[in-house]
Parts: sequence; C-alpha cells; structure tokens
Amino acid sequence: MAGRTTMRLRVCHLYPDLLNLYGDRGNIMTLTRRAAWRGIAVEVTEVGLGEALRPEAHDLFFIGGGEDRQQVLAAADLRAGTGGALRDAVEDGAVLLAVCGGYQLMGHAYLPAEGEPLRGIGLLDLETRHPGKGRRRLIGNLIIRCSGEIGGRCGGEIGGRCGGETLVGFENHGGRTTLGPSARPLGRVERGGGNNGEDRTEGAVYRHAYGTYLHGPLLPKNPWLADHLIAAALRRTHGEVTLAPLDDRLERAAHEAALRRFGR
Amino acid sequence: MSHLRLRAGIAAGRLSARLIRLIAAGGATTMPGRVAAAVDPQILARLGRRLSQGSVLITGTNGKTTTARLLSAVLERAGRGVVANRAGANLPSGIVSALVRAGTLSGRIVGDVGVFEVDEAALPLVTEPLRPRLLVLGNLFRDQLDRYGEIDLVADRWRAALAHLDGGTVIYNADDPLVSDVGRTHPAGRPFGIEHPGLSKATLEHAADGRYCYRCGVPYSYSAVHLAHLGTYRCPRCGTARPSPEVAAESVQLRGAAGGTFTLRAPTASVLIQSSLPGLYNVYNVLAAATAALALGASLEDVAATVEEFRPAFGRGEEILIEGHRVVMLLAKNPAGFNEVLRTVTAAGEPLVGVIAINDHIADGRDISWLWDVDFELLAGRCRAVVLSGLRAPEMAVRLKYAGLDGAAVEVEPDLERALRIGLRRLAGGETLYVMPTYTAMLGLRAALARRGLVRASWED
Repeated sequence: MAGRTTMRLRVCHLYPDLLNLYGDRGNIMTLTRRAAWRGIAVEVTEVGLGEALRPEAHDLFFIGGGEDRQQVLAAADLRAGTGGALRDAVEDGAVLLAVCGGYQLMGHAYLPAEGEPLRGIGLLDLETRHPGKGRRRLIGNLIIRCSGEIGGRCGGEIGGRCGGETLVGFENHGGRTTLGPSARPLGRVERGGGNNGEDRTEGAVYRHAYGTYLHGPLLPKNPWLADHLIAAALRRTHGEVTLAPLDDRLERAAHEAALRRFGR
Repeated sequence: MSHLRLRAGIAAGRLSARLIRLIAAGGATTMPGRVAAAVDPQILARLGRRLSQGSVLITGTNGKTTTARLLSAVLERAGRGVVANRAGANLPSGIVSALVRAGTLSGRIVGDVGVFEVDEAALPLVTEPLRPRLLVLGNLFRDQLDRYGEIDLVADRWRAALAHLDGGTVIYNADDPLVSDVGRTHPAGRPFGIEHPGLSKATLEHAADGRYCYRCGVPYSYSAVHLAHLGTYRCPRCGTARPSPEVAAESVQLRGAAGGTFTLRAPTASVLIQSSLPGLYNVYNVLAAATAALALGASLEDVAATVEEFRPAFGRGEEILIEGHRVVMLLAKNPAGFNEVLRTVTAAGEPLVGVIAINDHIADGRDISWLWDVDFELLAGRCRAVVLSGLRAPEMAVRLKYAGLDGAAVEVEPDLERALRIGLRRLAGGETLYVMPTYTAMLGLRAALARRGLVRASWED
C-alpha cells in the first residue's frame, strides 16, 4: 500500500528536446502527478543526445515522436549505445512506453519512401515501411480495444473502475508498421488506422515494453494505462504493489467524451 | 478572348456573392473566388496585374490577420486604395474573392494595392500567379500538425515561394531562426526584430521550435529569448546568426491586455509607438506592418498615427462591452500564441476570471495534443474562476488539473454561449472577463454576440 513505506518511481525521459512533437510531455506529467498524489516519490531524469543511459538507474522509460530530422539524430544516438542499455533494462523488467516516432525506432528498421533505411534497435519485433509519397498518412482520432491481458489486469490492480479496456488518442504517421512473431499488438483498432491501416492491429507489446501510435497525449485521458505502467515500474524494485485509487472523474469524462465523439 | 473570360469570371463571382448573401446570410468570402476561378483559371494572375501598385502577401503562423489589417490601415491613411481579404479567408479562393469584390464588370479593379494574408502552407500557390511586390514572413510556430505537417515542410514551401518573387522584396522576422533561414536567402531581404536586452526570458519555452541550425543541424545558442524560439541566436558551429534588423522595436513597455509602447527605429529616423494591441506578439505584428509600409513609401508618422488609433478586432484582443462588463477576446490557436495570451492575461497580477473554449474542427486542428505543450501551469494559483467550453472542454479540464489548478475554480460548460454567461456571472464589479478561444470557437462566440448586436459580423469588419 502506498504510504506505508515511501516508494520511488524512477522515470527516464529520452530525448525530451528532440522528440516532443505531440504534447508528449503530458505523458510525463501524468505519470509524475499520479504517483505524487499517492505519496510516491518521483524522479524524472532527462537523457539527451550523447548522454549515457544506465539501465539499472530507471524503472520507467519514455520516448516520444519527432520530425524527420530529429528522428534521424535520435536513431543514430540509440544505435550508439542508448538502445543497448534500453534493451537491457527491458529484459531486466523495466517498463518502456514508446510513442509514434519513438515506437518506430524501437523496431528493426524504418524504410522511407526514398533514401536510406533507418535502422532501429530491434527491441520490438516490428518493421515500418513508408508506402510511397502518393499514399495518404494515417491521420485522425484513434480508438483501440486492448487485449484482456493488458486492459483486464488493470481493473484488478487499481481496484477501482477504470476507463475500461479502450484507449483513445490521435495518430499521425506515414509509415506502416508490421509486427513480427514475438511482438503482440497492444490492441485492436475500433476506429482509425493503427499500425498499418490494414490488419486492425495497433501498437506492440513485449515484456513491459509498450509501443503505440496513440498520442494526444496518450496517458492523461487513459489513466488506467498510466497506472498500469506505474504499478509495473514500482514492482521492479518494490515487489507486489497495489495503487490507491484516485478520483478520476475528469479523466474518465475526457475518455468517454472522446469515445462518444469519435467512436462508432 | 482572355479579357472576355476575365470579365465573365468577375461577373460569375459577383453574382455568386450576391446569391450567397441573399440565401445564407454569410460573408461570401471564398465561394465567389471558387466560382470566378472555375470560369477563368488564370483569374488570380490577371486580376493581380490590374493592381497598379502590386500586391503584398503576409504569411506566418500567428499574427497574419492583425498585421494585414494594420498595413491596410497605414496605406489607407497614406492615401492608397487597398484591396484586402479581411475576414481571414486566406487561401487562393479567398484572395480571388477579394479581388472579384473590388473588380468592375469591365475588368478593372477599384484599388491601387493588394494586401493579402496567406495561409502559410498555401504560399507558393499564391506567389506563383500573383508575383507579389512584397512578401512578409512573420513567424513559424508549431501549429496544426494534422493539417500542415512538420514545421520544416512549411519552411520548404516558403523557400519555393521565394523563387516566384522576381524583383520583389522579402520582409522577414530576424528574431525567428526558421524564418530568417528562409528570408536571408533572398537578395532583397529586409529583416525586422526586437532590440531590447532586458526583455529576455531565462530559457526557451517547452513549445519552442526551430532551434536547430538549418545548415548544420546543431542547436542554436541563444543570448536572449523574447517568446517561444524568437530571440537572439547564433549557430555555434557555422556562425550563422540573427541578422541585424533594419527596422527594430526598442525600449518596449508592455501593459498587459491594455497594450504597450515602444520606439520604432527605422534606418533614417525613429518614432514613439503607442499601441492598444496586447502582448509582445503584437509588437512583432506592428514591426512587420511598419517595415512593409515603409517599404511602400508610407511615412513613420503614418505608421505611428495608425497604430495609435488601431483597435484590436475580430477576436484578436478585441474588447466587447456586455451588460456593463468588459470582455476581452484573445484568439489562441497554438502553443506559442496561447503562451503569449496567458502571459498577457496574467500580467496585471489580479486573479483571473476567464473562459477557455477549445474546438477540434479542421480549422482548429483536429489534434488537440498541443494543449499539453501550452504552459497552463502559469494559471495555477492565479485564477478565481475558469469556465471551460467547446467540443473538447472535458480534455481541457484534465489539462488544467494536471497543471495544478484548484478544481473548485474550474467549471465545464461545452455550450459556448452558456459558458460566456457563466463567465460573466463570476465577475465582481469592474473586473474583466478574458475569453480565450480556438479559431472556430472564436467564430462561434462572435456569431452569438453578433446576433445580440454586440459585435459586427466578421465580414462587415
């Protein structure tokens, strides 16, 4: 129970100056506020280009999306060492949330419409291919329903009513992502494009690493996922953890308003 | 033959404008242009050539409308006949509509010079046929990523537009590195900027864009930051630095929502500017309009007198009197703009009573993630009552909660008119209600106020 001993949530925000395109800092705000409201001590470490990443120093990693130029810089830095440390951390049970461009970089490669392929770090078993300049980007509101293992477990964990098993947000990407055999999708598309606009999968999960095209940002109006990530991160150093429920009326109202406005 | 087609285009456009006003009571700000262009696809080029003093195009993420209105007013004071797309209809169809409205059935144009604001992504579509005499590049901020795409792509379109300028002049914001990287490539460039070291903020805002040198890709280092990524910068690798402005604002004094004063320094003389336009962003708008007006032969006195008389309009700091209460409407449509609005409304230091109205129509940007790039933390502990409205009011309530605002001070009322009424009821005697809407929310609020006769409809302004 929170409050009995002071727990510590150690968050690492990767490339905050570079990959911050879609209100991504809202995810960090949500993690830190929701932990602090429960009396959990929070530290957020920003790690930028050329800075060393220590896999054991953080329990929850976040990487957002950026413009092409910034993404190329981040990809090179990830390959130079940060990516290896990130893989080690995830293998060791750390939590990772990767959104949009950051999600693509977690895969094996990004193949642009023209020019050189951009190699990723292969943490998630997926590949992203741009279908060519003539093809439309997948832009719009995105609603997905999570598989039982992610959405279902959260209900028990945080003890209260959560937003359900849906995630709502916005997507804006040209690349089409295809999952390999060792990545599970985060959820099934109810409205929008998702990974590739064809197979109705969205996002990818491997151990406690979650990749998704959902921004908006993702966590503020999907608080059940935020709590799921916080609990999983705390468990790495604090053993079994039960998070105290919060007053989520506003968050649920925002979630449900998005479902009503954009759902089928 | 081409002349006949032009006359037919004008006639068709004017007829459609009359029909639209008759049946829909709308402003007819874009459809006449579409109709006229359907009859004569070359109509923009043909009508543009009939302006004896050519055209000025004004583009940028924020401040287009205010800058264009200011410039039009200075030129009118200087005795020019101005043709302008006043209602913010800033795609090619809106510019053709304005020209058609000023056109006679014999194919003449009543007016000397065109002053047109142009959507930043549509710029090459207008420069190509219109071949403007002056191009004003104001600023580039992150805005509507779902519609415009990445900010670098917009800058690339501007580079393409410069190629259409044969002989024209580019007036550009020296303080914006993204804009300067475009403007400096043109041989006839005239930079403007703010020269006021004391104004600087300590650090770049979170929402700052364009911090990377166009040539080297390394971050610019700043010795002063005025707003967002605007300031005094230099690339530590290649040495590319902010150009020295030809026209500058010095000794800037801001008075919150009441406006401000500064010294406008031109190459040959200086003049004191007194403005009721709020915020530093409007200092940039005045600078842009002044630099353009001077390039067109207006005098510093014309500029100063016009700015002093100029009243903010059409939701851009517009003051409205409702049942004895002062209401100030401050359009806020992207992080950089919203941060400046927040700085303006909190400048007085009194507890704020406000309405924030967020829509997510196409003209607002359907993606509202930008709300999380705005520094709403500025409002924590400074609000007595905030009413949240518009289609995405519930999301805005979450944003303010995570910004640390006291929930007791925040109400949600999605209906715009009702939200305005609640806001008015929260005012104590003599207080001002600050209304901060996105674009379509602003249109909705103004339409409601126009029905009550409290403001004029946008197309009459």
